Formats: sequence, structure tokens, C-alpha cells
Amino acid sequence: MQNISRRDFGRLALASAVAGAGVSAGVFPALAQSANPIRIGFSMSLSGGLAGNGRAALAAQQIWASDVNAKGGLLGRPVQLVFYDDQTSGGQVPAIYTKLLDVDKVDLVTSPYATAMIAPAMPVVMQRQMCFVTILGAGVNTTFKYDRHFNMNVVGDNMKETFAKGFLDIAGTLEPKPRSIAILAVDNDFAQRAAESARFLARQRGMRVVYDRSYPPSTVDFTPTMRAVQAARPDLIYIASYPPDSNGILRAASELRISAQMFGGGMVGPQLAAFQAQLGPILNNLVNWDIFSVEPTMNFPGVAEFLTKYREVAAKEQTDVLGNYIPPYAYAQMQVVEQAVKRVGKIDQAALAADMHSQVFDTIIGPVTFSSTGEWAHERNLLVQFQGITDGDLERYKRPGAKVILYPPNLKSGTPRAPYGTPA
Amino acid sequence: MEFDLSLLLNGIVSGLLLGGLYAAAASGLAVSFGMLDIVNIAHPALMVTGAFTVVVLGTWLGLDPLVVAVLQAPLFYVFGIGIYNAYHHFFEKRGDEALQGLAFFFGVMFIIEVGLVMAFGPEQRFLDPSYAYTTWRIGDIDLPLRMLVPGLFAMACIGGLFLYLHRSFTGLAIAAVAQDAEALRLMAIDPVRIKRLAFGISIALASMAGGALVVVQPVEPSSGQVFIGRVFAICIMGGMASLPGCIMAALLFGVVENVTATFFGPSWSPAVAFGWLLLVLAFRPQGLFGKAA
Repeated sequence: MQNISRRDFGRLALASAVAGAGVSAGVFPALAQSANPIRIGFSMSLSGGLAGNGRAALAAQQIWASDVNAKGGLLGRPVQLVFYDDQTSGGQVPAIYTKLLDVDKVDLVTSPYATAMIAPAMPVVMQRQMCFVTILGAGVNTTFKYDRHFNMNVVGDNMKETFAKGFLDIAGTLEPKPRSIAILAVDNDFAQRAAESARFLARQRGMRVVYDRSYPPSTVDFTPTMRAVQAARPDLIYIASYPPDSNGILRAASELRISAQMFGGGMVGPQLAAFQAQLGPILNNLVNWDIFSVEPTMNFPGVAEFLTKYREVAAKEQTDVLGNYIPPYAYAQMQVVEQAVKRVGKIDQAALAADMHSQVFDTIIGPVTFSSTGEWAHERNLLVQFQGITDGDLERYKRPGAKVILYPPNLKSGTPRAPYGTPA
Repeated sequence: MEFDLSLLLNGIVSGLLLGGLYAAAASGLAVSFGMLDIVNIAHPALMVTGAFTVVVLGTWLGLDPLVVAVLQAPLFYVFGIGIYNAYHHFFEKRGDEALQGLAFFFGVMFIIEVGLVMAFGPEQRFLDPSYAYTTWRIGDIDLPLRMLVPGLFAMACIGGLFLYLHRSFTGLAIAAVAQDAEALRLMAIDPVRIKRLAFGISIALASMAGGALVVVQPVEPSSGQVFIGRVFAICIMGGMASLPGCIMAALLFGVVENVTATFFGPSWSPAVAFGWLLLVLAFRPQGLFGKAA
């Protein structure tokens, strides 16, 4: 295995930023002879609000590049990543992709992390008719309907009817049967779609929606909001939030001793090591949307080896130390590109898109197929429950049992514990 | 949401506690922006810098975040003097402080944010004191120490500053430089020296506010952004150079935000809180405690 030191990481960044092949040779000496690398360009949030996930994704993609180059490259050519920091600003993204395609003349493009950064790239990518493999977008192509867009996200085609299904299916197994739900969501695209799904499915099942509000991302104190949720006396509490709101919400719920048959939903944050370290037992019995857990049912070929490599790099690079959220998907995103290029045998955007529409991709997160819209053909929204958490020790998250999968049934690794708000 | 007295009381109390944090964040700005007329838009970023150093030093020394915040304040005072020297040399001395000075502090803010990402990574950092997960209950009223202790700490800091500004010669000189720098020169006092000192104090207060912030929530390099609008609004609402006004405005801001969130939903909180700012300025353009020109 090739270790990537901090200095090498910096070299990679510099190499990509200035597109300097000379620096790449220092990192991949075995490939120094090749003067014609396959260059993959993208923007990534390396500073600003999404930098936590952006830098974790980049670390995974660089491990992929290192792995591919160690095996002789792609089509006999070394792979070179060309990336720029979009500073978590959607306004920067179109200019970056224009530069990547018109000035750097990269061979392939992939996406930055998440919907707010992917959407601004779409017009530029579509104008150049590039094949575009994105990561964790939510319904971006619903508007664009671009037939060369492929999204690595478990959500699938029909977020409204599927995203909150697992949460409500699990709730349906509890006794007594929950009859009311409170919904709280941050004012952003992903969370609003998640809340829409919860609202739609809850009403379909005859539940009363007793609280249904949004909050602005600039909210500092969640105590009054959670008290209002508590006053509505819901059986279920469905939250769609982003970090750092998720932290404030969970701490407020703990301070107010909020209890419900089920609490959680579509919170982004509890998947990350920093949250798990700080919140410790507050996470117990939280039932939350996720995309990966180190349970035996998700031990796909290659994922354990990847996580070992990632954790070595992450500790040095001060990014998410566990890598149980974005990183396996970022690696798999690049595996999709790799496998399509290998099958097609050349850089042909139309042929690559045709391949991605028709083939199954074997990745470290399992087999992946894409639908006609470029979303996953079969949604795989995980609902996990934190169980038996006694403190902020992160070692337990490297082993099965801390984040038990309750949904979908084919990946299920444990049974639900209720209610939320009781000691483990 | 139906009216409930318990909800209202808790909304008011939690708003007062939140206002304590806002007061901590805004008090330094009341000195730099209110008294010195320096639009230090980087103030929240400096507060977050203080929060990060509190986490690092507090973890290393095993001390309470608020104790570390006090211990590190002299370093931030010196740092503030350095920033003021650069600002004075390149902008204020040339009379370019209005627009170019603002651009300077924008630059400082971005450099700080990127610098924090480079130094500490983009992940959230935290340092929970032992009382962070304790909540006192008085009847129906909840008092989470996570909010109460930083609020009291902020009041103590602002109280100390108030006494210093009103009881010491230098403090009175700071108040004087806000009114008429030239008159100060006639008294054989160098106004630049006094402004340098006052700006250093404002940055020391930012670092102490960082300590309070760490107790309330985890911090990340961009955490300061949500405070920019609020701290300037509080400063203006309070009457610019008035510390009691700053406290009152901060508490009012917190109460309006939280009561609105309780009864009408959190989406309305910023709109109603900033609506109050407009209302105050409509009837008292000089702010709650400001003196009319």
C-alpha cells in the first residue's frame, strides 16, 4: 500500500491546482515516463461550510487515484486529478468548470460534494456535453434532465415517496402504533425534500402532523423550537437538518428531556466522527438516515481495505477521522468512472454515458446501476440506530454494533429500540 | 401554536440566555465599531479564532474554556494592536479608512477563515466543560448551564470593561477619542495610542466571547458568519458606543428571536428580530442608549 504523507498530499493538491505534470512525477515515480495522463477535473469545497465533507471526499478520491496509478493507470495512462477549491460558494463553480474544460482541457469531469455545488456546474457541463458523475446530489437532474448525468446517492429517483419510508416503516413496527409526527427542517433543498417525503408518507399512513416548521440556517439556539416541538406531544419527531444545527437540536432535546417513540429522520451530522465524539450517549436510540455503516451486511469487497487507508490519511489531514459517511461513496464515484472508461476503451463522452446507463458497477459500496435519469435505479436509504453508546470513544464506530442498520430489510443488522430519550 | 404561559416564560428566559452570548459577541464591536468608528467586520471571525485557541489550549491544559479565554486575552490584545497598526498605517493615516478599511477587514476575515481551515481542518471542534450537560430547573423554567454560565461570564466581562471605561483615566480617554480625537490631542494625549489600546481591548473581548461560544456550541472555521449581521445590529440598536445599550439590545434580540421561534416558528425569528431593529431606529435613530447628535 502506498502511504500518502502530508507533504505528498500537499504536492497532489499543488499538482492538481497548477496542473503541473512535473510534480505528479514526484508522487507517482512509476508513471513519470508518461507524458499524457488522463486528467479528471472537479471543484471541491475545501474551505467554507461544506469543507468537512469536501476534504473527506477529496482524500478518498486521491486514494483512488493512487490505487489506480499503482496498478498501471487507466488505459495505460496515469490518472491525474485537477481540482480547485470552490469555497462552498455555488457562484464559484461555473467559472471553475469553465476553466477545467476550456483552459485545463481535462478529459473527464466529476462533481463537487452535494446539491448546492452540483447544480451550478450543470449548465457548463451540459454545454460541453460531458459525462458527469456526481456525488450526493438530491434531485439535481429533475430540472436539467441531462442524459449524461449520473449521481452517486442512495436516494434514487423518487425522493418524495422513498426517502422517509424507512423511518415510517420502522415506526410502524413499534407498539403502541405511533399516530402523530412533528417535522422540523432547515431551509435548504435537501432538507425540504426530506421533510416533504415525511409529510407525504405520514399523511398517506393516516398520521397527524402536529408540528411542521422550517428554520433558517442561521439559527443559533434551538431550545425554543424544540420546546415547541415537545409541546405538540408528537409520537414521532422527524428532523431534517445540517451540521452544525443537528448538534444544537440534539443538545436542546437532551436539555429539555424530550422523549418520543422515535426521534431522528434525515439529520446530517450524526454520521460524522466529530458529532459522535462530542454527543456520545445523547445519540442513543436516534434513528437516522445514513448511507454507510460498518455492519456485516455492508461489508462489501474492498471497503474495509479502503477505510484502513483512508483513516491513515484522515488523521494526518485533519478530516473526518472515521470516514463512515462520504469517503466510501467518493471512492466509488471514481470507480464508476474507472470501470466505464475501461469498458469503453477510450475517452468518448457519449459512449461513456451509454455504458453507465446500461452496465452494473461493482464498487466498494456494493453493485450500482443507474436509472434513465442517472439516479440509482434502486434506492438504498439506510436508517440506522445508535445503540449502546456510553461515551464519545470513536473506536466503537470502527466495529459493528454502534450504528445498527434497521432499514432496508436486506441490509438489516439489528432491531429497533424505543423510545428515544431514555438512557442506554 | 396555542398560547401557553410556560412556553412564554421559557421563551423569554432562553432568549435572555441567548442574549448573553450575543452580548459577549457584540461588546468588543461596541468598542471598535461604536467608539472607534472602525468597521471591523472580522470581529466574529476573531471570536471564532479565540474559540479555536480555547479548544486547543483548554484540551492541552485541561482547563475550563472560560478560564482559558481569560488567560489568552492578553495575547489577543497584542494581536489586536498588531491589526490596528496595520489598519492605521495603510488606511486610517491616509484617510482611506471608510471603504478601503472595510475591504481590509473583509480580507482579514477571509484570511482568518482559510487560516483556521489550514491549521485545524474544517471539522467541528469542541471542549465541553463538566457543567455543559447540566440543566437547572426552577418550576417550569429550564436553565441549561451551557447557556447560563457563558451569559453570566459575558456580563462579568462587560461589567469589568464598563468600570474600566468609567473609572480609569485611560478608559475615559477611550470614551473621549470616540467623541473628539483632536480635543484629546490638545490634552497632550496621543489619540492613535488610545485607539490602538482600545482596539486591542476589543479583540481581547472577542477572544473571551470565543470562550463563551465554545461552551454553547461546537465551532468550525465558518461559525462566525451567522453572527456578523446580529452583532452589528445589536451594536447599532444599543446606541453604538453604549455598553449598557449593547447588553439591552443583545437581550432584546435574544428574547424576540426565541419567543418568535416558540410561537410562530423559527423561520420568522430573524425577520422579527431585525424588524425590531428597524422599529427602534425609526423612533430612536440614535439607538436605545445612544445620545442624539
